Parts: sequence; structure tokens; C-alpha cells
Amino acid sequence: MASKLTMPKLSDTMTLGVLLKWHKREGDAVEAGEVVAEAESDKATMELEAFDAGTLLKIVVPDGGKVPVGGLLAVIGEKGEDISALLASGSEAAAVPSAPVEAEAPAGPAAEEQIAAAPVPDVTPADVIITTDTVRIKASPLARKMAAAKGVDLRRVQGSGTGGRIISRDLAAMPAGAPAAAIQAAKAPAALSLTEFIPGAAARPDSEQPLNTMRTAIATRMTQSKTTVPHFYLTMEIDMERMIALRTELNAAQEEIKISYNDLIVKAAAAALVKHPRVNGSFAGDKFLFHSQVDIGLAVALEDGLITPVVRNAAAKSVGRIAAEARVLIDKAKARKLTPDEYTGSTFTISNLGMFDIEEFSAIINPPEAAILAVGAIIAKPVVREGAIAIGQRMKVTLSCDHRIVDGATGALFLKEFKAILENPALLLL
Amino acid sequence: MPELTFREALNQAMAEEMERDPNVFLMGEEVGYYQGAYKVSQGLLEKFGPQRVIDTPIAELGFAGLGVGAAQVGLRPIIEFMTWNFSLLALDQIVNNAAKLRYMSGGQIKMPIVFRGANGSAHQLGAQHSQSLEAWLCHIPGLIVMAPSVPADGKGMLKAAIRDDNPVAFFESEVAYGYKGEVPEGEHIVPIGVGDIKRPGKDVTLIAWSKMIHVALEAANILAGEGIEAEVVDPRTLRPLDEQLLISSVEKTNRCVIVEEGWPYAGVGAEIAYRITLNAFDHLDAPVVRITSEDVPMPYAANLEHAVVPSAQKVAAAAKKVLYV
Repeated sequence: MASKLTMPKLSDTMTLGVLLKWHKREGDAVEAGEVVAEAESDKATMELEAFDAGTLLKIVVPDGGKVPVGGLLAVIGEKGEDISALLASGSEAAAVPSAPVEAEAPAGPAAEEQIAAAPVPDVTPADVIITTDTVRIKASPLARKMAAAKGVDLRRVQGSGTGGRIISRDLAAMPAGAPAAAIQAAKAPAALSLTEFIPGAAARPDSEQPLNTMRTAIATRMTQSKTTVPHFYLTMEIDMERMIALRTELNAAQEEIKISYNDLIVKAAAAALVKHPRVNGSFAGDKFLFHSQVDIGLAVALEDGLITPVVRNAAAKSVGRIAAEARVLIDKAKARKLTPDEYTGSTFTISNLGMFDIEEFSAIINPPEAAILAVGAIIAKPVVREGAIAIGQRMKVTLSCDHRIVDGATGALFLKEFKAILENPALLLL
Repeated sequence: MPELTFREALNQAMAEEMERDPNVFLMGEEVGYYQGAYKVSQGLLEKFGPQRVIDTPIAELGFAGLGVGAAQVGLRPIIEFMTWNFSLLALDQIVNNAAKLRYMSGGQIKMPIVFRGANGSAHQLGAQHSQSLEAWLCHIPGLIVMAPSVPADGKGMLKAAIRDDNPVAFFESEVAYGYKGEVPEGEHIVPIGVGDIKRPGKDVTLIAWSKMIHVALEAANILAGEGIEAEVVDPRTLRPLDEQLLISSVEKTNRCVIVEEGWPYAGVGAEIAYRITLNAFDHLDAPVVRITSEDVPMPYAANLEHAVVPSAQKVAAAAKKVLYV
């Protein structure tokens, strides 16, 4: 029995994957569990293993091909086997749009609701669109022909025929090449184009670079977040003198693990989040979602992009444990070897640009989280201490909050707690 | 142009062809002294004599066979079945001999024969005498099948059938024999395999033939009252089919209802629907719908008979269905 090798869903936000490289060629024998190819999701590179032993009978997607999740990549079976039926069934999945621009094109009504309602975790507009992709579209042959001629995406057209069938009159009113989202405007608020190119006088490029899947995901999610989540920002200056002393002490007292400022900040944030559950929660349309566990995402810069590996249950872990885990995660992130469960499902994110001497900045919330903490550099500066000018070690942090769940005072109380811990490191022992 | 009944138009066609070609003759039950069971052969015996207008016993297989033999040796017989219901006895001659001999002789034997008669329901003739059997003969390669709907077509198509060197099954209608229409005088030929648009329209195509054209036209009138312009298309010859005419119409209207007096299963409309789906698929905005007689033997009771056969109301409703209104 021949079996299909399909594009796995490597992350919650993954809608498309790139088949980077085949390790096997057609006709090669493969063992069950053997790595046959490498695929790239929006976040990471993964090795694809064969589930069954046999012969790689047919490679459907060549190196570099983009495929929707679940799309047919190859067929593995016995030599000489008839795989036409498998290939035919696979072509349906392959028929879903293969260009990434499709996946992030304006969302239909269902997806719009999701955006407006701030999706529960795991549901992003991209996911919603892929869901509609896999549902068979009922449209008359004439309607399909008209849609093709007009460049209208049938997935975004409401059918008025029998059983919701899309028929010619549903398309008749549409101008050629009109984005279907605009036509939907009467029924629903205009869909957002999350990665729209806004042309201007200066838009005369000297070269072009197509987006890879990670850049596509960043473009989509950040635009979605910044345009649909009502952000506000709270900035606070924190005295880091005692924390510097603590870190120096810790690193002098042992050589097993080097503690970074970031590790201490993660620990302090986790401790504060436990006491301020809304900042660790999510806005989900008609309800708030709370997480008893604090899972902190660390924004890690990559060569062209970023990824947020997650330190799980940080509130319950010692600084040393956090440091050890963060080190492993950051190394894997830089090698693009994180597995999906290592970079998804955080409840709060910390972005630290202190090493670049950034004094302060504000970050874009990583939905569906309620807040993100932007951490600047520790800077020696004149401060007033007991009525006299002294040299202080100060760090500015800015909390970006989703106002739908975190009010100004809520965020401020969290920051106050966070500051108290950093300024009184002994509290970490409690 | 003179107005004639359907039976007069058919009579004219036979008379003109018999005058034109001494090899043409008419044979069947009551065609001579009785002037035809439905008076289609009125006056022909007087005009052409008993050698060319021949009354037969009630023996369909026998006189159909005589006709096939006569055609093989160069005569051009017209075999009249009182109705096509009675032709079932003669099917062996029609299917196994008339339809095959030209092929099996490698073209050496021509088969210029016309089998004609009344087809379909009339008024309370019961299950055995109300059948529409054109689909049976459409199934057979080697046969030409024609089913005119109006007197002018009746004349022009029958003349074309008589002049053709292949066997033709020619389906008339007892009910329609009295229908009147303008009929061109003299040489009027409707070629085999050429259909006709009986009423132009742009919104939905109604395909029908024989008596059902009149049901379709009545439905088109009902629809016109609702602002729907139905195009009524008559293939006239059912085999070979004027496929291009039907497809062009559906390409224009994007919807199609087929009206057929026969039963639904394996009907002529099933073949037409297939060809439209095959050739005009991308033009269809709705599935092709068929209105046929119900899938039962014809009941005798008048109210039940009325319920079984296609009606203009059923056709109009189907047209609105494919228009999604």
C-alpha cells in the first residue's frame, strides 16, 4: 500500500511550508523514520521523516516548492505500484493556493470576526483562511469561469444558489479584478489587508527579495497585532544597582552557569506576573483567558527575522534553571533547530535590546498575549540620591498592553511589582 | 403560405414524393380503403392506386419485413405503424435488419425506408397504447430518428426522410395531427440533423421535440409573464443530434431544461443532458434539469394521466429552479 507524505503543521501559525531540500530521489529506498527531506515553516526548519518503509515513488513538490499544510509532497510505496489515485487525491490539496500572498490575503467574514474578537490562542487569521481553503467550494461551472476571468477569489464570495452554491449572479456585480473583500463590505466591515503594499512616489525599487515564510509570518502577525489590538505603553525606570551586584556575586560564586541580566529579568517578570494574572492572560472576544502557568517567550534575533523560544513555567524555576534552559533555547533558535513546541504557546514576551545600547523602545504585542515587555540597556547616569547627585545604574522598560484586558492601572501595578523585585533581589528568594 | 393541419402536411409530403419518384410506396394497416386510421393517407389510394398504397393484415413484423426486403432491392417504402406501440412486434426487422444491412454489406445494400406512426400519449389510451418509444430507436446505430413538432417541419422532414438512403424512424403524434400551421408549398425540405429555435430567448434554454415543443412554448409564455425569456429549441432530428444548436443556446442562456414525453430512465434527454454537460460545462450556472413523464406505466384515469405527463407548469417551475428564482 502506497502512502502519502504530506506537509506537516510545524507550528500553530503555519499555513504554508517550503520544501527546502530532498535527501532522497525518486526510486530511492527509504526506511520508516528515515529523514527524507527538510521543510521550512514560518518559524523553523524541520526534518521530514518517512512514516513507512518502501520506495520513494514520486516526488510531487520539488526543492524550494511552497505547499499548504497537508499538501502532498511525495508518495512512498512499493516499486511498480499504481499510485495514480493517490496522486489524484493529492492534487486537490495541492490545488489550494501555493503562493504565500494567498494565505495572508484579506480575510473573509469568518476570519474578520476572529480578528475583531482577538482570537483565542492558536487561532490566527491565517489559520482561519486555511480552514476555508480545505472546504470544498460549491460554485457553478459558469461562476468558476467568471471568477477566473475577473480574478475573483471564490473563497471570499457568498453563494446565493442552492445549498450556498456560488452562481453567476453572485459574480455579475463584481468589477474585474476587484478584491472580493471590497464586495463583502456591505455585509461585513472591510477586511484588513495585512501585508498590503502602499505605493508612493519613492517606490522605485532597485531590487526585489521575495519573502520567506518567516518574514511572511512576521508581516502578517505584526500588522494584524498593531492594527487590531489597542496598544498603550507604560515606561518605567528601574534602579539596577543591586541586581548588578547580585549578578556579579552569582557568577563569581559558581562556574556552572553564567547568569545574564535577561535571566534575572525573566525571573522577576514571572514572579510579578503570578500576582497580576491579567497581564499573563488573553482577551478572547467575549471572555478573558487566564493562565496559571507563566510561560515567557524570549524574542531572539536571527539573521533575517526573529523567533521567541519559550521558557516554560518560569515562576516555578530558579534563576539558574531559567538561565540553563534559556541558553539551550537561544542556541537552538540561532541554529534554526527549535521544534514547534519550543517556540509556541507563550503567555508573555520579553524583548531585550539592551545589548544594542537601546535606551528604551516599545514592542508590538505578540497575539493573543496581553502584553510585551521591551527592555532597554542599563545605563550609568546621574541620579538624585538622598538629596545629592550620584551615579546610578538605570534601566528603562516599556510595557505594551492590550487595553481590552489590561488597563493603565493594571499594567502599572504589574510594573511596580516588577520594579520592586529588581530593586530588592532578596524578594526572589521568597 | 397555406395553413394546414399536421396530418395534411404529412399527406402532402407523401403525395409529393410519390409523384416525384415511382419507387416510393406506402404500406400499413388501414392506409388504403379506410384512408388511414388517423386520415394521414387520405386520398392517396385514389391517386396512386393499390400497387403503391397497400393495406396489410394486422402483422407488423410481416409488413415491416416486406418493407425491408423491398428497400434492399431499390424501392423506397414508407411503412406506417398505426401507432409506435404496435411497432414492438416489428423491432426485429427494424433493429436487426433495417439498421444493420447497410453496414453488414459493406455499403452494397442501401436501406431507403421510413417507418412512421403516432407516438406518445393521447387521451386515456391506457398503459399499452400511450408510450413514447423514440428513446428505444435512438439507441440503435444505423437508424435515423426524427420527431417533428409543427406541420411545416412534418412535411419538410418526412420528405427528407423518404429521400434518404438510410432507415428512418419517424415519430408523429396523435394529438398533434390536428394542430395547424403554415406549410410551404411544393419543395420544402428540412434536412436530417438540423434543429430549429422555435422561440428565441436569453434566460433559459428549453429543449423539447414533437408534441412537447408545445408544452415548452406554453411554459415560455408563463415565464414571459414573469419577465423570463425562455429559448425553446427543437432538435427535430433526435439521431443524429444537432448538438451545436443546443450547445450554442446553452452557452447563451447558461441554463437548460429538457422536456421529454418519454420515461426518465435512459431517455433521449439523458443523452442530451450529457452532451451539454460535456461540451458546455463551463457555461452552466445550474445543473441541467429534465422534465419527463413519471416513471410509471400510463394510468387510465384522466386525472392520473394528466399528473404523469409533462406540463407547462412543471416546465416553468423547473426553469425557475435553474434560474434560482
